[in-house]
Amino acid sequence: MTTELSLPMRIVARLAAHGIEFFARLITAVRAEWIGVEPIPGQRVYYANHASNGDFVLIWAVLPRRLRKSVRPVAGADYWMGSGLKRFVGRHVFNAVLIDRTGGAPREAAVEQMAEALDQGASLIIFPEGTRNLTEEKLLPFKTGLYHLAHARPETAFVPVWIENLNRVMPKGEIVPVPLLCKVTFGSPQHLDGDDKETFLGRTRNALLELSAPLS
Amino acid sequence: MIPDLIYLLASIIGLLIVASVIGAILERTYSPDGENAVIENLNARIRAWWAMVVLIGIAFLAGRAGVVILFALCSFAALREFVTLTNAHRADHWTLAASFFVVIPLQYWLIWAGEYGIYSIFIPVYCFLLGPIVSALRGETRNFLVRVAEVQWALMICVYCASHVPALITLKIEGYEGRGVLLIAFLIVVVQLSDVLQYVWGKLLGRHKIAPKLSPSKTWEGFVGGVASATLIGSALYWLTPFTPLQAGIMAFIIALMGFFGGLVMSAIKRDRGVKDWGHTIEGHGGFIDRLDSVVFSAPIFFHLTRFWWT
Repeated sequence: MTTELSLPMRIVARLAAHGIEFFARLITAVRAEWIGVEPIPGQRVYYANHASNGDFVLIWAVLPRRLRKSVRPVAGADYWMGSGLKRFVGRHVFNAVLIDRTGGAPREAAVEQMAEALDQGASLIIFPEGTRNLTEEKLLPFKTGLYHLAHARPETAFVPVWIENLNRVMPKGEIVPVPLLCKVTFGSPQHLDGDDKETFLGRTRNALLELSAPLS
Repeated sequence: MIPDLIYLLASIIGLLIVASVIGAILERTYSPDGENAVIENLNARIRAWWAMVVLIGIAFLAGRAGVVILFALCSFAALREFVTLTNAHRADHWTLAASFFVVIPLQYWLIWAGEYGIYSIFIPVYCFLLGPIVSALRGETRNFLVRVAEVQWALMICVYCASHVPALITLKIEGYEGRGVLLIAFLIVVVQLSDVLQYVWGKLLGRHKIAPKLSPSKTWEGFVGGVASATLIGSALYWLTPFTPLQAGIMAFIIALMGFFGGLVMSAIKRDRGVKDWGHTIEGHGGFIDRLDSVVFSAPIFFHLTRFWWT
């Protein structure tokens, strides 16, 4: 997608990426903990808890640059197709896979889009709760999209990613972030292994919840 | 000022070279494949010391603006670690955001401007009153006293006390004009060497723990040895200061003592919150507060003693 851009705009996109990463690190001093996988190249779907708008930025920021190039966050088109700036950042800085959440498109279309991105060699960042978790619960029940994607591409490795503290940095409705230390923990990859929908969603959700227990 | 500062920085770099050589020999002899955790940690600490000395050296050479900016950034990083461990609620969001983005810049600007009359009361009077007002306006009463007290203590430690390090440069001491940065160097060298020497004496001779519940690594042997050697070193560094050797020794003794108790108090907070380190930003040391805890407790006392008797 980035190839559509002229050279100056590519430089702008690159600078914006550095700026966003610097800002994320300044506010959160984010640290990655690779418990279940190594930060090495390989196609993966990173699935994470979703409590803040900055969630995917944090995952993206802790990925080594080599991995970052091939990772595409899956995000709502309604948000990222908004203003010109958001559109530029969403498409050309993060190279997001933008899906229609408004219900206008058939449900299969979103899974189709993600599968297509996998076929092109990309890794993905997804939030299987489907929406931001603003409740006191640690993790909402998963939507079925994760299962449908696993069913469509059964070879895929699904890596659970727990994001700690970011919801406190920027609670809903606040504009100014409060700097706090954040941690991103990567767990063991999960595969479909022929499971049915309930089993797979339960297993992947538990794998994510396990990472939320404090380790130190 | 410059020749003495260069001389001091050169000695510190010499000390670090010696430490690095010893670290490398220990690693080659006892831990060639990184199997000895103590030696690995020692070498990580020495590497981090290099980075810290380079940063502090640059700040010193840049003078007043340099040290003010360096410690403002330290306050930012320390406050970030402290608030992470508090019960801060969504209702405290504006209080906290203001602490980071208004209080820190303002406090350090006042220090830079040398406004003693304001910077010495800005946080303990104005922030301590205005912060709870902002939090109360959001109407969340659960844990209110705990939340308010935590933010106040965080500001006191991470901003107010830390800002008294660069404040030393603004003291007007007769016959000591333009040498204020050396007073900061004296404080930092004494307090950090005291920490290091307590660690070394403790590792060599440590038998009797002072407060096993608070900090398993603090021993009477380490404490006495560390404070005594830091006092002697401080006395030998009198040429940096406006003090006589005896006065410098007494100051160094007070600095080392306050530094020790600062470490103890900050350990108590860590144990209470069930963490080993304040953060992870400084390889081998933990967080910024792990490195600053002793400095922040000694800085205001050292500042006021010097201000009272020498200005």
